[in-house]
Amino acid sequence: MKMYEISKEPINIQAVIDKVVQREAGAITTFIGTVRELTHGKKTLFLIYEAYEAMAVKKLEQIGSEIEDRWEGSRVAITHRVGRLDITDVAVVIAVSTPHRADAYEANRYAIERIKEIVPIWKKEHWEDGEAWMGNQLETVAYPSGKPEESDLNE
Amino acid sequence: MNKVLFFAHLRDAVGEEYLKVDASGKTVAELKADLAAQYDLPRMDTVMTAINEEFASNDEVIRDGDEIAFIPPVSGG
Repeated sequence: MKMYEISKEPINIQAVIDKVVQREAGAITTFIGTVRELTHGKKTLFLIYEAYEAMAVKKLEQIGSEIEDRWEGSRVAITHRVGRLDITDVAVVIAVSTPHRADAYEANRYAIERIKEIVPIWKKEHWEDGEAWMGNQLETVAYPSGKPEESDLNE
Repeated sequence: MNKVLFFAHLRDAVGEEYLKVDASGKTVAELKADLAAQYDLPRMDTVMTAINEEFASNDEVIRDGDEIAFIPPVSGG
């Protein structure tokens, strides 16, 4: 079973959840990231997601290992979509099971924040009046050493 | 030879998904500077680099056969 996937097809949410079912779990949290229409009042028409797929899968696996180290007894599955997505489409599904519910919430939050830091996936916003690759729109993040620093990774 | 992969705005700037270049012996920083000058690549100070699918620092030396990827700030999720 592949716990970490990049998918060109719509994500089957239940299939991701099913991967983390375990007898030891008392909770499963599921995060479903969807395509929002309005960002700061600006209307998105659709998005294109692109991934460096081989590395993206490795980085999702890394996030899963970090979670399993930090939250004992946890199990993680993540699928991220690529290609064209319309408003309300599902971009990412993260399922985490743990023995107790507090850990399932925390670990799931950790997964999405880490995805936004280290997984090589990019989205291109298409608006009525143009398009742009997102990422660091404000140009506030620089990587002077060429890779994420420890401090970037622990925010 | 080395395969150098580009993504997002860098792919648009270069006009190719990847280039074949001989970068062995160069550091990541040197390759970055060469390509930035050659293709007029924007905002390279925000771009991370991966060697063989793992993040690498600017002073790492590239070996023959390494796959290099330039990783603009990511925006998944």
